[in-house]
Amino acid sequence: MTTYFQAYGTFAALLVLSIAFVAVAFGANRLLRPNRPTPGKLTTYESGMDPVGTTWSQTQIRYYVFAFLFVIFDVESVFLFPWALVFADIGVAAFWEMVVFIGVLAIGLLYAFKKGVLRWA
Amino acid sequence: MNGQEVAFLILAVIGGLAGLLVVTSRNVVHAALYLVVALASVAGVYLLLAAPFVAFVQVIIYVGAIVVLILFGIMLTRAPVGRRVLDNTLRARVGAFVVGAGVFIMFTVFLGGAFGDERIENQGATATEALGESLFRNYVLPFEAVSVLLLAALIGAIVLARRD
Amino acid sequence: MPLMYPLVFAAFLFSAGVYGVLARRNAVMVLMSIELMLNAVNVNLVAFNAYLRDELVSGQVFALFVIAVAAAEVGIGLAIVLLIFRNRETVNIDEVDLLRW
Repeated sequence: MTTYFQAYGTFAALLVLSIAFVAVAFGANRLLRPNRPTPGKLTTYESGMDPVGTTWSQTQIRYYVFAFLFVIFDVESVFLFPWALVFADIGVAAFWEMVVFIGVLAIGLLYAFKKGVLRWA
Repeated sequence: MNGQEVAFLILAVIGGLAGLLVVTSRNVVHAALYLVVALASVAGVYLLLAAPFVAFVQVIIYVGAIVVLILFGIMLTRAPVGRRVLDNTLRARVGAFVVGAGVFIMFTVFLGGAFGDERIENQGATATEALGESLFRNYVLPFEAVSVLLLAALIGAIVLARRD
Repeated sequence: MPLMYPLVFAAFLFSAGVYGVLARRNAVMVLMSIELMLNAVNVNLVAFNAYLRDELVSGQVFALFVIAVAAAEVGIGLAIVLLIFRNRETVNIDEVDLLRW
């Protein structure tokens, strides 16, 4: 019981420490550095070239499907963790449960493949 | 007041402020990043409520995947900055504030009346095994239904996002 | 810890989400507010799971389901928003009146 919160207490202490580190580093930077802005210094740095266009560059809608595929299989992988822990206990039933689950999602992947959304070009 | 409660209050204040900033920020990208803070503090609340697995799922799916999807949505649409294009008229916002505040007061009063004196006893962390046992013995049907739902969502997204 | 702590926190997140859904014009912002509301529901589920010491950990299992449903919901929601943006060059929900007569 206490060990649970103690373990995460260490984590919380580390989190606070790292936030404090960043805050102190950037705060000291802001206090110590000279501040003389010129228009040239304030433009976007693009490796020496003059920046072209606005900062808002629109990506293609095609990439959205890739992002959503990632989300779907992220959700699937999350359910695999508890399954892997109880698989030995429950046995064959758990195996088929997961086969159905992954099989249904595999249909979606197959559909995406058939419709050609997985082709990059 | 023990350390657990202090940690909860800190997380709740951070999460509540971030939640407020999500709905009031003038910049869509900032709102999405405040959403990350709010979701991460909710994950911390799960840890304090002895649900470590749900906390990690929150980080993996919400912070890792759903926010990425929302950022994709922001990048794919034109998202001008400013109060006028992002928010409704002042009148509508006042109405929305009244509704939101009313919902909050109603919840607080009703729940306070029902559970005001109850306490969550300290307990060990829920083992992920217990979660798996419950999920794969008792909640098999909803679990499979989730896969069908995800399949339907995937096919729907592909149909909607195809160019032709 | 008192049960009211997580409940008030969840109520606050939910109310912020309600305000966001009603006050925002931009459809992506409305979806973000809906995520806040779903999170508030999850906090309630996990809090009551801890309070009732459920042997089946139903609250946490349902929180997992809600997270999975939220992933599907935001995916479809954004796909619809992107389609509307492609056809009408806007994501302002008060300008999208295809179903209005």
